[in-house]
Amino acid sequence: MTFQIPIALITFYAFASILIASAVMVISAKNPVHSVLYLILSFFNAAGIFILLGAELISMTLIIVYVGAVAVLFLFVVMMVDFKAPGEGLSGSLKIVAGLIGSVLICETTFLFCTWQSSPFAKEGLTNPMPEGRTNAHSLGDILYTDYFLLFQVSGLILLVAIIGAITLTLRDRTRSRTQVISEQVGRDPKETVVMVKVKSGQGVSHD
Amino acid sequence: MIDMNHCLILSGLLFCIGVVGIFLNMGNVIVILMAIELMLLAVNINFVTFSHFLGDLTGQVFTIFILTVAAAEAAIGLAILVAYFRNRKTVDITTNQVLKG
Repeated sequence: MTFQIPIALITFYAFASILIASAVMVISAKNPVHSVLYLILSFFNAAGIFILLGAELISMTLIIVYVGAVAVLFLFVVMMVDFKAPGEGLSGSLKIVAGLIGSVLICETTFLFCTWQSSPFAKEGLTNPMPEGRTNAHSLGDILYTDYFLLFQVSGLILLVAIIGAITLTLRDRTRSRTQVISEQVGRDPKETVVMVKVKSGQGVSHD
Repeated sequence: MIDMNHCLILSGLLFCIGVVGIFLNMGNVIVILMAIELMLLAVNINFVTFSHFLGDLTGQVFTIFILTVAAAEAAIGLAILVAYFRNRKTVDITTNQVLKG
């Protein structure tokens, strides 16, 4: 009998420890740019955990959507907005309250999840069991575009509303900008703008 | 083999870190938004964990929808933050409050 190195377990622990550490750094870093960069690191590690759990499509979506779009959006806003004056910081009592709430929550979830047992009958009532011999993306597409088609469309609608909302919130009416106003250009009177001058040869035009 | 409880504890820890982050950075809106993203990530890990260990795909479908809503939420939140900064020249929400009460 040979001793097998549990590679999956080691990889899981590596991803998980980096994920937790970078999440702690997200909320504790002084500089918001560092927070965003740690957020990107934690998303990458979560994507690794998703791959270990066999959810390749979600893992890649996480990297593309979160690291590629959302984190870059955060980075843009952090660099656009002035964070130089972070206020006087928190009072000590509020920090104690935060630590208390956090430790109580951590204790509760840990106690809950340490002894979590799924019901032995849970596997009998699955709505969408994983099909054999199909890739993750293939089987997800099978149900996403058929059973969940309405929800899929609604999520697209949510994104459309988000686009319109974000543009409406940040669009500025630039009154001083030099944009072209076609109606003003067409509506000008030529008599007020152009003067016709008869030029005699050899005399030139005198301008008053 | 990865244990189910380890994944659940990981997601629980991540969620708690997000909650504590909201309390620790009360004045800094953008870190609050990032803490919310962390909490949503923890929920996603929970969904994918159950999906993997029960052999059911519904959790992963739900995770995709959570990703969509989280992206929309981040875009709207950052837009509100930019509009706030343009009007007030600061993003510090603990001082210079307009609302009385």
